[in-house]
Amino acid sequence: MREATLRVFRGETTGGKTADYRVPVAPGMVVLDALHYIQGHLAPDLAVRWNCKAGKCGSCSAEVNGRPRLTCKTRMDSLPLDKPVTVLPMKAFPLIKDLVTDVSWNFRINKRIPPFQPRPDAEWKIDQRDVDRVQEFRKCIECFLCQNVCHVLREHDKKEEFAGPRFFVRVAGLEMHPMDGASRAGLLRKELGIGLCNITKCCTEVCPEEIRITDNAIIPLKERVVDEFYDPLLMLVRKIRGAR
Amino acid sequence: MSDRFETHEHDVLIIGAGGAGLRAAIEALGQGASVGVVSKSLLGKAHTVMAEGGIAAAMGNVDAADDWRTHFGDTMRGGKMLNNWRMAQIHAQEAPDRVRELELWGALFDRTEKGQILQRAFGGHTHKRLCHVGDRTGLEMIRTLQDRGVQMGFDVYMECTITRLLRDGDRIAGAFGYWREHGRFVVFKAKSVVMATGGIGKAWPITSNSWEYTGDGMALAYEAGAELMDMEFVQFHPTGMVWPPGVQGILVTEAVRGEGGILRNKVGERFMERYDKQRMELSTRDVVARAIYTEVREGRGTEHGGAYLDISHKPAEYVKRKLPSMYHQFLELADVDITKGPMEVGPTCHYMMGGIRVDAETAQSSLPGLFAAGEAAAGLHGANRLGGNSLSDLLVFGRRAGLAAAKHASTTPASAVDAAQIDEAEHEALAPFQQKQGESPYAIHRDLQDSMQKLVGIFRNKEDLERSLGEIDKAKKRLGRVSVEGSRLYNPGWHLALDLKSMLTVSEAVALSALAREESRGAHSRIDFQKLDPSWGAKNNIIQRDGEAMKLRQENVPEMPDELRSLLAEEKGETARRG
Repeated sequence: MREATLRVFRGETTGGKTADYRVPVAPGMVVLDALHYIQGHLAPDLAVRWNCKAGKCGSCSAEVNGRPRLTCKTRMDSLPLDKPVTVLPMKAFPLIKDLVTDVSWNFRINKRIPPFQPRPDAEWKIDQRDVDRVQEFRKCIECFLCQNVCHVLREHDKKEEFAGPRFFVRVAGLEMHPMDGASRAGLLRKELGIGLCNITKCCTEVCPEEIRITDNAIIPLKERVVDEFYDPLLMLVRKIRGAR
Repeated sequence: MSDRFETHEHDVLIIGAGGAGLRAAIEALGQGASVGVVSKSLLGKAHTVMAEGGIAAAMGNVDAADDWRTHFGDTMRGGKMLNNWRMAQIHAQEAPDRVRELELWGALFDRTEKGQILQRAFGGHTHKRLCHVGDRTGLEMIRTLQDRGVQMGFDVYMECTITRLLRDGDRIAGAFGYWREHGRFVVFKAKSVVMATGGIGKAWPITSNSWEYTGDGMALAYEAGAELMDMEFVQFHPTGMVWPPGVQGILVTEAVRGEGGILRNKVGERFMERYDKQRMELSTRDVVARAIYTEVREGRGTEHGGAYLDISHKPAEYVKRKLPSMYHQFLELADVDITKGPMEVGPTCHYMMGGIRVDAETAQSSLPGLFAAGEAAAGLHGANRLGGNSLSDLLVFGRRAGLAAAKHASTTPASAVDAAQIDEAEHEALAPFQQKQGESPYAIHRDLQDSMQKLVGIFRNKEDLERSLGEIDKAKKRLGRVSVEGSRLYNPGWHLALDLKSMLTVSEAVALSALAREESRGAHSRIDFQKLDPSWGAKNNIIQRDGEAMKLRQENVPEMPDELRSLLAEEKGETARRG
């Protein structure tokens, strides 16, 4: 059987370094399988976060050969195996151990977003097209790879001022929900800091669910913020009609 | 003492943050209870996200003739009449409201032309009944419940594993566990505890289940003295991936067949004609799983030992829209474009019909203050679960468990937790670190899985089941010598060593119950007893702890009232006429 070398980060908050492991490569094997082999045979305490191993839960994010990926969907045969495959933890989040990072910040941000609020007059007849539009956002599996690559978070660590692509996707799913009556434009502008995004599309590139985060979530939300806060004509109309 | 563990106190402690746990939490919060939710994983990663096909609820949006009576009848017949009739009735009656409620909380399902929730066909369901969104229904459900719970303000203890229930005399007092992150201990004091821990699939190697599915809830409830029921009924889903090896067991949703997928063997025969001519691919899961297994065993399997499942006769755009995650799953993991050619599929360990024995109305177990809902509980599905009845089960009985747990807490004085129980739990959890050069937890797990696959699989017989009990016993002894390397900081080897205890308990309960039931019914197929035996049809297997020994006894299945009995008879007549 073919073999591959995995160069895996081992360490804790106090520091660490990579270690090499030789792993037999079976047909169709994914990087997570290789990590499980290491756990089962070579390093029983190797910390890896995972759940479904089917690309549905978004737990096993890591940086494989420098690219943020779900390890359960990264085939070994898609990587050059003549040199070591490096597997590092996500850089944008504090390390716990080995490949496991502390992503609790995301859960705290999520709590700030006002929930779905059905319009009082809503008649619950919904067009499939509206479902499809919103489902693009609701299919997010919260792997946080988009958060990990966003330079506002990764390089500049602006976690206090900026919610990151995952939560713009979440807000887009609420704002474009055909039955929702709340407005989150003020929140986007201030607390969630959408203005800091300069649409480099790094998030879109790494999304395993192929959500067009920048084009379909962030840009329309930026437009909403502009409409709500900076469009003089609309401001006037709203003043006359009485804002909702 | 406080440096050894931290303590949290709640009216209601919910163990498990999948659909049942979250729905229970929402209901208990609504009653004004203080609620803690403990989850082995991060919030929103529970196995519910993997549910694909839909939620069964007789809403009648597509087939106007559907109503709860038909759903009830389908569920009972699918379960080979071993179901708790009252649970099946409650489930069928309440499921539509539970789905509508999800919409009010922001869920979005696929629509009919009139803008109502669309419903699709599924195995064993007379009408088009499954509310769905593509093949991602579970994700939609868990996000909706998660957001609702967060908004209502529950406390979530993420990546925290419970290893023992704490008792105050004959009632529940709380739970003991550890934080996966740093390995420190935690004690939860609670007046009510809801087990919503899901199933036991990780005792088998080929399974659709995630690592969390180690039977914790059932094993802990058993240890605390509660009864388990129907443990022999393990559902092997007919269609898991079989190739390549790394993806073996990953679920291929029944929605593929619901949307018109066809099963063929290697010589091109549509073999379901031989097993269930009337319902064909949409027969119940037990029948289809046995059919595929039999085709393979008799030499008509595919190259990698499965059957072909083909949906490529449908327009490619339709397949991508209705089965998006299947399309990507096969393309990315198996190099198969399902819009162009067939998938290779075979049975995979998927679901546990048995579990903690509960009261139909309140979901309370035989231990006062301990409740159970979802896959961890027994009764609703009888000998075989219909696809789509799991998500509705989570909602209907999750809600009822939360309601009853909150009520119980409001009328119960605070309980006391004695130090001895905590000391014992702590000692047990740390034991793997005391051993040096002992058994590897991974090796014990692999061997347990191997023996469960070989000896307690789809087809069973006396000799195999007896051997499996011997293997489980050996594994228990090895677990006594298990040792782990490294520290308590996020240490998967240690976590597995502790999970193994639960896996062994439930494996023993499965094998013991399967050995006793000398008949074939639903998911339980005995080669040495191939027929339905009416006398066994009136009996549930009950498991309870007696000191250190696992004791099995039979109890009569609760008798159905006449009006439901006649309803089933009527329905049967109608089905026959339609057929």
